[in-house]
Amino acid sequence: MAKDKSEVLEGLIEIIVDETGLDAAAITPDKSFSDDLDIDSLSMMTIVTLAEDRFEVEIPDDSVKDLSTVASAVDFIANA
Amino acid sequence: MSPVPVVVTGLGATTPLGGDVPSTWRALLAGESGVRALANSWAEDYGLPVNFAAQLKVPAKAVLSGPELRRADPSAQYALIAAREAWADAGAPAFEPERVAVVIGSGVGGVQTMLNGWDTVRDRGARRLLPLTVPMLMSNSPAAAVAIDLGARAGAHTPVSACASGAEALVLAARMIRQGLADAVVAGGTEAAIHPLTLGAFAKMRALSTRSDSPETASRPFCVSRDGFVMGEGAGVMVLESLASPQGRGARIYGALAGVGSSSDAYDVAPPDPSGQGQRRAMRAALADAGPALASSIVHVNAHATATPVGDTIEAEAISQALTETSGSPDLAERVWVSATKSMIGHLLGAAGAVESIFTLLALRDRLAPPTTNIERLDPAVSCRVVRDTPQPLLEQGPVAALNNAFGFGGHNMALVFTAE
Repeated sequence: MAKDKSEVLEGLIEIIVDETGLDAAAITPDKSFSDDLDIDSLSMMTIVTLAEDRFEVEIPDDSVKDLSTVASAVDFIANA
Repeated sequence: MSPVPVVVTGLGATTPLGGDVPSTWRALLAGESGVRALANSWAEDYGLPVNFAAQLKVPAKAVLSGPELRRADPSAQYALIAAREAWADAGAPAFEPERVAVVIGSGVGGVQTMLNGWDTVRDRGARRLLPLTVPMLMSNSPAAAVAIDLGARAGAHTPVSACASGAEALVLAARMIRQGLADAVVAGGTEAAIHPLTLGAFAKMRALSTRSDSPETASRPFCVSRDGFVMGEGAGVMVLESLASPQGRGARIYGALAGVGSSSDAYDVAPPDPSGQGQRRAMRAALADAGPALASSIVHVNAHATATPVGDTIEAEAISQALTETSGSPDLAERVWVSATKSMIGHLLGAAGAVESIFTLLALRDRLAPPTTNIERLDPAVSCRVVRDTPQPLLEQGPVAALNNAFGFGGHNMALVFTAE
């Protein structure tokens, strides 16, 4: 069953803030993890691991490279 | 060519008595105890024979940001807190980054990250491991974290010599400055190893006090009823510079790290050589390094004195012998005041030598040797003169010198001589 996207977005923003210290207001769905939020690959893997835990989903390593924006990650998690 | 004088311009610490140097020093002079019942939920689990320790007075989470806490093992967190205080205390001097080095020792390293990571793998599978587990658990992570934080690029080093690690860091830092490898070195020790495994394992060696009914009086260096050390945690960091640098910018100088000495027992992996000759050689080397004339200026010793039954008397005898031999004055040992500050802060393992070096230097600044608490009756085998429950005034006029000892499992012996005008 698909999850509520706004709930997923809210939870994901919390994880990103925790990991990076970024201002929550700066993390919007259109932002790119690497280009806009300056999140490196290790931090991205941390966020993915914490998101898997929190939303009880599996995000295969091969899929992570496709999650370039916050919105794409929210979609993946909501539909996983 | 005379050696480059090495001076101390900044101090930083987070300890069981305070979140910084001034609050720690005040509490120490007041004879307060940093030993308390364990705050952890596991304190009553696993059949641990000890349920108390000297945990940080101000938790790291009250000081660092969320990302800083998440990305660093507690040992690196404590080092960061202490290093930032020390660097600010030195006036955040504007050195070339390539002339600033870091030497931060740790006895045990990122043991909490390692063991928590293993819990994750065993209980929930490898997929749940966080990607920064390795850089967090490695013993050099505190040195790396401090170097990154301060932008120090002359080298970042991590001596590992059990409970002598923090003192060894200062020894190596002094040598770096003398050799011209750096103009400033941010150096000290850190430890964050309070965990059921370490408590249980130290207890199994009978190294820990088991006075659970009275944690604050459990650490009793030099007392006849001492029954082991109390595990502590924290960090201590000094900023060391060559004398010309702070003079040039008019910075405050606490004193000099005038002599450093080290030796190895080559005797046993745990207890010290009962003859004390390794400890004595380290002290004699430090005193010789400081200059032959200096030994008779020694007014104070901050002893390693962990409160183990075998260790304290070996050290007391070694102190008396080393002072007498070096100064050629048979009564020097009777004039020097010896403090065992682990009676109040517990044993900070790899941080102990650095935190206690800070105490040694502040004792010279304030001309006040800190107390040794919890001595019900002084062990008659202790030959040196021990400061008891209240601070002991030291010589008021003129240059003074003091010695700090730190010894580690494996027979690692470090001694440092500090001086103040």
